[in-house]
Amino acid sequence: MADKFRVVIVGSGPAGMSAAGRAAQLKLKHVLLEKTDHLSDTIYKYQKGKHVMATPSQLVLRSDMDFDAGKREAILGTWDKQTEVCGVNVQYNAEPVKIEGEEGNFTITLKNGDTVLAETIVMAIGTQGNPNLMRCPGGDNKLVQYQLDDPGEYYDEHITVIGSGDAGIENALGLAADAAQNNIVTILNRSAEFARAKKANVKLLMEAGEQGKVMIRNETTPAEVKDGELILETRDGQETIPCNRIIARMGSAPPRKFVEECGIEFTSEDREAYPKLTPAFESTKKGIYVIGALAGYPLIKHCMNQGYDVIEFINGNTDLKPADEPILEKKFAGLPGGKSVDEWLEFFREKVTILNDLSPLQMREFMLDSEPIAYRSGETIFERNDPGSSLFTIAQGSVLVEVNPTDSSIVIPIEEGSIFGEVGLISGRRRGATVRAAEDMIAIEVSRTAALKLQASVPAAKRAITRISTERQLLQMFGSGLTKEDIAEAVESSEIVNVRAGETIISEGDDGNDIYVIRVGSMVVEKEIGGKPVFLSYLPAGSYVGEMTLIAGGMRTATVKAAIKSEVIKIQGDAFKKVLDAHPDLLRRAKKDMAARQDINAFVEAKKDSFSGVVDYYSGVANFLVDNGIGEATDVLLIDENLCVGCDNCEKACADSHEGLSRLDREAGRTYAHLHVPTSCRHCEHPHCMSDCPPDAIHRGPDGEVFIDDTCIGCGNCQRYCPYGVIRMDKVPPKKPGILNWLLFGFGPGPGEPDKKWVSDNSDPEVEKPKKAIKCDMCAGINGGPACVRACPTGAAIRVAPEEFLTVAKLEQEEA
Amino acid sequence: MASVPVPGGASKKKVAMHDGFLKHAGYRWLKIASFIMLVCIVSYLFIDVSPRHNGGSWYGYTLGTIGAGLILWLTMLGVRKRAMTPGKWSLKAWTSAHIYLGLSLIVIGTLHTGFQFGWNIHTAAYAFMMFVIISGIFGIYFYATIPQALSNNRDEMTETQMLESLRSLDRQLHEAAQPLSAEHAALVLQSLEQDPFGGGFLKRVSGKYPNCATRAAQADLRRERAYQPRMGGDDPLDKVDALLEKKEATLGRVRRHLKLKALLQVWLFIHVPMTFALIASLSAHIISVFFYW
Repeated sequence: MADKFRVVIVGSGPAGMSAAGRAAQLKLKHVLLEKTDHLSDTIYKYQKGKHVMATPSQLVLRSDMDFDAGKREAILGTWDKQTEVCGVNVQYNAEPVKIEGEEGNFTITLKNGDTVLAETIVMAIGTQGNPNLMRCPGGDNKLVQYQLDDPGEYYDEHITVIGSGDAGIENALGLAADAAQNNIVTILNRSAEFARAKKANVKLLMEAGEQGKVMIRNETTPAEVKDGELILETRDGQETIPCNRIIARMGSAPPRKFVEECGIEFTSEDREAYPKLTPAFESTKKGIYVIGALAGYPLIKHCMNQGYDVIEFINGNTDLKPADEPILEKKFAGLPGGKSVDEWLEFFREKVTILNDLSPLQMREFMLDSEPIAYRSGETIFERNDPGSSLFTIAQGSVLVEVNPTDSSIVIPIEEGSIFGEVGLISGRRRGATVRAAEDMIAIEVSRTAALKLQASVPAAKRAITRISTERQLLQMFGSGLTKEDIAEAVESSEIVNVRAGETIISEGDDGNDIYVIRVGSMVVEKEIGGKPVFLSYLPAGSYVGEMTLIAGGMRTATVKAAIKSEVIKIQGDAFKKVLDAHPDLLRRAKKDMAARQDINAFVEAKKDSFSGVVDYYSGVANFLVDNGIGEATDVLLIDENLCVGCDNCEKACADSHEGLSRLDREAGRTYAHLHVPTSCRHCEHPHCMSDCPPDAIHRGPDGEVFIDDTCIGCGNCQRYCPYGVIRMDKVPPKKPGILNWLLFGFGPGPGEPDKKWVSDNSDPEVEKPKKAIKCDMCAGINGGPACVRACPTGAAIRVAPEEFLTVAKLEQEEA
Repeated sequence: MASVPVPGGASKKKVAMHDGFLKHAGYRWLKIASFIMLVCIVSYLFIDVSPRHNGGSWYGYTLGTIGAGLILWLTMLGVRKRAMTPGKWSLKAWTSAHIYLGLSLIVIGTLHTGFQFGWNIHTAAYAFMMFVIISGIFGIYFYATIPQALSNNRDEMTETQMLESLRSLDRQLHEAAQPLSAEHAALVLQSLEQDPFGGGFLKRVSGKYPNCATRAAQADLRRERAYQPRMGGDDPLDKVDALLEKKEATLGRVRRHLKLKALLQVWLFIHVPMTFALIASLSAHIISVFFYW
């Protein structure tokens, strides 16, 4: 292939396809390389009939291809047709493995050995990567497949699934789900345990194994694939099993390595980092442009717009404003000063220290997720105990922090260019102090997602945030009277330590005088009494621990371990001792705190002698709750099974308060001493569900509730990430007739979630409703509060925060 | 050992939320109901109605009106429970009030009769009311005692899981029984074919199923094998025996579960229809009183 293309587009997803469409319209000599035999593989692999959403809705689509929310098939069909109509030159089964050369003269080597010559390259390969292949002999046998579209299509087969991750387990369970299919399903696991998969999946698999539905072979790897059989390498030697089909789900290699080999630099070593790009999407390798998910834009509309833009840029249209320009314009419209979008971006980048290193493109992305707000002098920005996990940066002016809850005149200033609100960002807990504007000022409120993205892509920003947060946390903990300089040495000596759930940071009887500040997560304090660990207290983020030994000397008096995955700031005891010695006031206060702690210890110990059963019970309940994730909860539904009559009115009330779908499962979940933790959202400090939400639809509301807004695209990520299984994906059922119509005339399905039959009888078959993620929102906005609690006829359902759960346990104990 | 930041506003919305429907708000409705009953009894004793206390005196009308109003309000619990309207109401408070005010009807209603009973619509209304109240007392008793047993019995399993495990045991039994002789297989088959929860209401609430085919099959199998020499190795009968035992244990759990759930509801099958009968007879009672005035 001697022809040189003006532009070669790698990857035919929304971004690449849109770029190719633009190139075709501009009559640029181009080729679209696609590694499979169809366009847009990621969306092609969505399950059949999946509803694809078009978010963010305020963003205008600028592309030669059409795209609107709808069924996967319809969207793919439109694209296939329009690609043809536009005259896009597509080359299928063309996977680039090497890119060499310079701008104007690139050589792309394909997997089949062919080469393609290009002046410029647009990389739109997404982040899916390629599945890891079977490397054993016969790995290229036609029995092997790397994907399972529809588990229902195979009958009477011996099927072996390889891989111990969620994908493998879900495939194995899917294949074995219907006994009528008569498949004999085996799953191979290289190690002895399924450590990488979600607990819920592992549990289901184990059950299926016990029921004989799935054969589970641990510590087994495939040795050779032959026609109709598979040779296994087991711990006890080789074994041959019949096999008609192999589903290999052994993870995938992220495309980063390939991208880096092309000479493109990433912003950091961090796994979440993206390639460094100019505003025109050009990477550090001149002539190679990166767009789409790989550039950090996972949403289809963004991708398609970028495809259009990048070709315009390559074609020399440098005046083209990005499609998100109107959004930013609107954002900046309320600010005083009347600058243009570019001027504002530059202004913010210059003024705010942690934004200094951002590229204009990153700045744009950053501001899309953030909100610039102008405050008048004296205006309150947030109040103590407001929930909030966003970070604020000061672009202009300064703020005052009210450090004393009782006296608002005692304030600490924070200067221009700095940040505040970082405690909420890191710990996920309520705001620790009220902050107000010291003068007319402009702040940028950075959402948690944007802040995390920023830290991942700019290491300097991460370091700055960490240092400031450590310093502030110490200052806040020990109150006024201390200055930054006083604690400089302690801050310098400190380090951030990650602690696994259950890991011990302080052991009873050990030496050591370091102090630990809990930055993220929570800890439990235990003491060994009569050979048994007794639960003493629960420490939420923001607490410190370990000062007793430092002040009083001697050995550690109790064991402290992480209730959940946590982060602590470890401060050298000696450095901290110096601070204490220099400030007698502080020492006095610390001693007072300590005395209160010692009282509790003494109380528990005293009680242990007289009512050992009661203390055991208290300890047991507390440990049970911590084991069930209450340690990271902020508000959780508990059911006292001494009172629960099983009427399920809580579920019915939940469904009736929320468009007909219940967000809790009362009966499921663990129970200890009649205290039941149903399957219902715990509103975690750091919600797992938020970790990868493409449209950023999950937020924390004003009362601390974690909720999903209308922009949900139904991808199911949150459901997979939630370790407690509280999120369901479902369609909203049609509206029911009113309650009196049911009571008096029998119309409608009655209270609670309508059954499937009623839903299908009463739905409009023409309208395909999308499945959306449904979870508890603590009945935010409903006068009266959580419906589950209000609707409980016996008082069995209660909602508690972890700080309070021990009081519940105590109440229980008094009743017992 | 440590310092915990004081969660300032976090606790403001949750005060003393953990008490049951009987103890709600420090027995508030028990106190109110007791006061009402006391006032009724004292006033009954001290107010002189001539010739004697009866439903038709001004005092009797007053009690009757209060009673009828109460009955209608108590009936509204059924609507309250099902109408999830917003607002600061608590169904627990309603239940608590329902119970204690309902019990106070015994005094109000009885004093309203002036202890004049006969074979007429008036006494019929009274009788229905007492039926409703007595069935309600059973309800209180069941609500107060059964939940613990229900919780202990299900042992973290949901009803769906219990039934699923039964189905799974049945599947395993079906497979394990393949190598058995015809008469042994017949035993297993009778366990597989029987609906283990059929047999009507009495079996359901008693939890006793004397004709349980699973138990019979297992007993037969045991009896037969008691004198047979053990063959060792993989005797399929051993497996079937173990599975039958497992199934019987699971059946026991499900039957107890269904029994307890039935008991929590069975009183309502008297309480609710009787309430409608009460309202009907009450209407007749009131109309007839005014008609023959």
